[in-house]
Amino acid sequence: MTLLAIKNLSKRFSSGGRRVAAVDDVSLTLEPGETLGLVGASGSGKSTLARILMRLLPADAGSIRFEDEDWLALSGADLRRRRARMQMVFQDVLGAFNPRATVASVLDDPLRIHAIVPKAERPKEIAALLDRVGLPASYADRSIREVSGGQRQRIAIARAIATKPSLIVLDEAVSALDVSIRGKILELLVELQEERGISYLFVSHDLAVLRAVSHRIAVMDAGRLTETGPMRQVIENPQSPAAMALIHAVPRLVTEPTEGPYRDV
Amino acid sequence: MRLVRHLVRTPEGAIGLAILAALVLVALFAPVLSPGDPLRIAGRALLPPFADPAFPLGTDRLGRDVLAGILHGTRTSLAVGLAAALAAIAIGLCVGLTAGFAGGLVDEGLMRVVDAFQIVPSFLLALAFVSVIGASVPVVVLAIALGAWADPARLTRAQVLSIRERDYVASARVIGMHPAEIALREILPNALPPVLALSAIIVAAAILTEAALSFLGLGDPNVVTWGSMIAEGRNILRSSPSLSIFPGIALVVTVVGVYLFSEGLTKALAGRRLEP
Ligand SMILES: Nc1ncnc2c1ncn2[C@@H]1O[C@H](COP(=O)(O)OP(=O)(O)OP(=O)(O)O)[C@@H](O)[C@H]1O
Ligand SMILES: [Mg+2]
Repeated sequence: MTLLAIKNLSKRFSSGGRRVAAVDDVSLTLEPGETLGLVGASGSGKSTLARILMRLLPADAGSIRFEDEDWLALSGADLRRRRARMQMVFQDVLGAFNPRATVASVLDDPLRIHAIVPKAERPKEIAALLDRVGLPASYADRSIREVSGGQRQRIAIARAIATKPSLIVLDEAVSALDVSIRGKILELLVELQEERGISYLFVSHDLAVLRAVSHRIAVMDAGRLTETGPMRQVIENPQSPAAMALIHAVPRLVTEPTEGPYRDV
Repeated sequence: MRLVRHLVRTPEGAIGLAILAALVLVALFAPVLSPGDPLRIAGRALLPPFADPAFPLGTDRLGRDVLAGILHGTRTSLAVGLAAALAAIAIGLCVGLTAGFAGGLVDEGLMRVVDAFQIVPSFLLALAFVSVIGASVPVVVLAIALGAWADPARLTRAQVLSIRERDYVASARVIGMHPAEIALREILPNALPPVLALSAIIVAAAILTEAALSFLGLGDPNVVTWGSMIAEGRNILRSSPSLSIFPGIALVVTVVGVYLFSEGLTKALAGRRLEP
């Protein structure tokens, strides 16, 4: 059963008289437990697509089916309840948290809103979530400003898995991190996927990152999807000019062994 | 509190806080420091200052104690200034939050009203309001607030509009938080600090406006105010300048104190934001 099916999705922005087709007739699908890497140059519309999918932006045209429901038809309390199934991790490790939040409150919100566990068990669940992403339970009392960027992204991942979603959208989720930390976070994401069968829509402009985690890759250029295919095929034998340009921008990508460092695809 | 520690670490904040604390104490204990009605005739008329220990700052044309007037005037100035600023901030917050959250036509409409109030000089507005309705403390407070709420409204709206676009608000929507909770818990607390920093300046302006209204005879005639004392002394400015000078000094000290406090507050808020 297909988890997510996006059909003919379009979104235009008009800013200062100039009209931009940020997302132009995009269709794609995602299977349970699968990672789709979405790659494209800056301004190609990746974030816009992710934000429409997360219902943070309205679409102009097109449809989205998610878990056999018309995802764009949901609204109000229905939508809020169903949001538990689709979560997101943001790029900006600082901006994605209320500056007044504590680690505990960041993780408590989803547990409370979706009544994941009874109130009395929430501290235990928060400790379990922290443990699952590799942080000590004692971090719960810290202010979100008192933890490092990599740790913050672990907390963001813990928040995303708190509601037991079937899909997590990651918009440049490791781009702001150090290369050494980046590998550890990718490893964690892959582990979580194998353990819980979560699907990822992994947005990045960095093919090296996507090669490490993706089963399939979709290439975006100026709002359009120019190419979709199995990861190895797209990287070794790109068909569209946009894909070729992206691959040539990373010189060692093709000569390196094609197995990702964390998994055989 | 962390903010207070930051505040007293800046020289402006420390001096401003000290002046304001002294003024508040004077205002609270005015009936103890100088018992009785400050408007009553207490002694010989036009006693010069520093002559009679019973009247350190002398008496006015009717024989009223100048020191008593200044001590009790502190109450009026601070009370009217604070009440007017509080009312202005409250109105401004409500309008700014509504405009920022509602958007669309509501936002357009409210902002045109804000424009209108910003174009009319606030003192003229207060003047007109008091002349029409009549002078009493609540009317004066309302009149001053009416001319001062537009700035906090505009600032609050701008804050809401900018914070609404932050990732952490998107993140709150993504986990399914109710819009009302997003407004109250995610946006409002982060939108408030600059508006609060602005409130000190509004207090200073309100104190000056109140003094100006009293000076023109549009203050509440039943309470003593610095403005009305200055106006009283103006007629005999050549022979007894001290009658206008002492309340004038009180006014200047108060306004400078409030300004220093607001400067310190702004710096403290900025410093706190810079902290890791
Ligand atoms: N709110 C907006 N108003 C107007 N134009 C917008 C808005 N958001 C995005 N755009 C435009 O839409 C296009 C796609 O932007 P988007 O952020 O989706 O690109 P992206 O692929 O995520 O780029 P990046 O890799 O830099 O994050 C760009 O041309 C951008 O200028
Ligand atoms: Mg982007």
